[in-house]
Amino acid sequence: MQTFDLGKEGLRALNSALHALKGQTNMTDWEVINPKGAHAIAAGVDAPVDITVRGSTGYYCAGMNKQATIRIKGSAGPGVAENMMSGTVIIDGDASQYAGATGRGGLLVIKGNASSRCGISMKGIDIVVHGNIGHMSAFMAQSGNLVVLGNAGEALGDSLYEARLFVRGTVKSLGADCIEKEMRDEHYAILEDLLRRGEADHKARPEEFRRYGSARKLYNFNIDNASSY
Amino acid sequence: MCGIVGLFLKDPKLEPQLGAMLTDMLITMTDRGPDSAGIAIYSGAKDGLGKLTIQSANPDKDFKDLDGDLHDAIGQPVTMKIKSTHAVLEVPLDQMEAARSALSHLSPGVKVMSAGDSIEIFKEVGLPKDVAARFELSKMKGTHGIGHTRMATESAVTTMGAHPFSTGSDQCLVHNGSLSNHNGVRRELKRLGMTFETENDTEVGAAFISHKLKSGETLGNALEATLTDLDGFFTFVVGTKNGFGVVRDPIACKPAVMAETDQYVAFGSEYRALVNLPGIEDARVWEPEPATVYFWER
Repeated sequence: MQTFDLGKEGLRALNSALHALKGQTNMTDWEVINPKGAHAIAAGVDAPVDITVRGSTGYYCAGMNKQATIRIKGSAGPGVAENMMSGTVIIDGDASQYAGATGRGGLLVIKGNASSRCGISMKGIDIVVHGNIGHMSAFMAQSGNLVVLGNAGEALGDSLYEARLFVRGTVKSLGADCIEKEMRDEHYAILEDLLRRGEADHKARPEEFRRYGSARKLYNFNIDNASSY
Repeated sequence: MCGIVGLFLKDPKLEPQLGAMLTDMLITMTDRGPDSAGIAIYSGAKDGLGKLTIQSANPDKDFKDLDGDLHDAIGQPVTMKIKSTHAVLEVPLDQMEAARSALSHLSPGVKVMSAGDSIEIFKEVGLPKDVAARFELSKMKGTHGIGHTRMATESAVTTMGAHPFSTGSDQCLVHNGSLSNHNGVRRELKRLGMTFETENDTEVGAAFISHKLKSGETLGNALEATLTDLDGFFTFVVGTKNGFGVVRDPIACKPAVMAETDQYVAFGSEYRALVNLPGIEDARVWEPEPATVYFWER
């Protein structure tokens, strides 16, 4: 186990050490102490390592993550796991706005609530939120799955492309072109897998969710609307 | 950007440390706002006395013998404590207006930063640590206070453009964001008799709330009205004699974190502003909801 005291050694040293890990390494287990809400902790990691951050983090923790499993033993600030490519990020507390934004792959798990714009423009990431999500979540989401055990705020899935949104609780309102869709066997299978990997299978069952997706009405310009512009 | 910090103490034992706690929070927010910094602190009322915080670009000249001159003008004793470019005048409450009007004749270069029973405002251009040192903010005591670090967008980097803005007795406001309809709202408020010192958008937000309070609205209603009448991005923290309030616009892109323990309620633009507060590990920490008014009063 490598223990890194962020208060003493600083962010640049931490991220340089993590960026130096390439391919096979025997330093697979990292612990970061005294994060104190600092920005960009463990951003840009590209190695199959386990990193545990003992406390709450600021902006962009685990941003652009590839391969690594990063656990935050606290809450995360804005833009956690932004543009994640692969790997897993697990937050014990809450996540601030635009968690998992533009994520291309991997799994983001938020055990508390996520605030506004969760999964905005997601492009293949899977996100599991044990609590609620705020307004404008999954705005322009392109692909991947967003699973919410609690409730969703206003304008869920506005201008959505092909991402799948699963919500167990209430949805305050759906955004433009986002509609409820039927749950088919393939969707129960996706949910079963994501609830298990998202450490939520003891809290919810796939049958309890509703699915939302794109009505695909905004894909092409409708000539009848020409006079509106 | 811009950074906001705020602290409302429930435990009187912490009151001697209010300035030190707020200063630490303020300096942590330097990279959100290195242009100017300011703090409003509520240090408690003295029977029958009011406070005017004044500022001058030439304090040696403008503050010289000002207490004596003011005494002669209003016929009542006046005390003056000078701190760098600012000074706090204590005058009898019933002479506050007379003192303000006398000031404008005696020392036209002097600006009034705040007036009230309890409020004192200190703000200047420069890094938060330098501003804090200049006014010895860390030595200040009080029941609650609000601080701001500014990254200027809507108006020039000047002392008067720094936050907090005070547009009513014991009232102040700090802002992270930018208002887009401030010129229109300013014209309307001027028509209704409010006066303005700057071209700044935040001053309009402050005056909007002060005007509502003056018209008999509660603080809660005044903050609610910002959601319908002000257009733009805002996280506002508002100070009054008895407490502070928080409101974020419905889009809520400007960050806000709050923490509450038995000893205090704290506000920070980011969690890292709160990390050195006592008992923060066990505090209830949350983000204030968009378009929702919060306030704490004693």
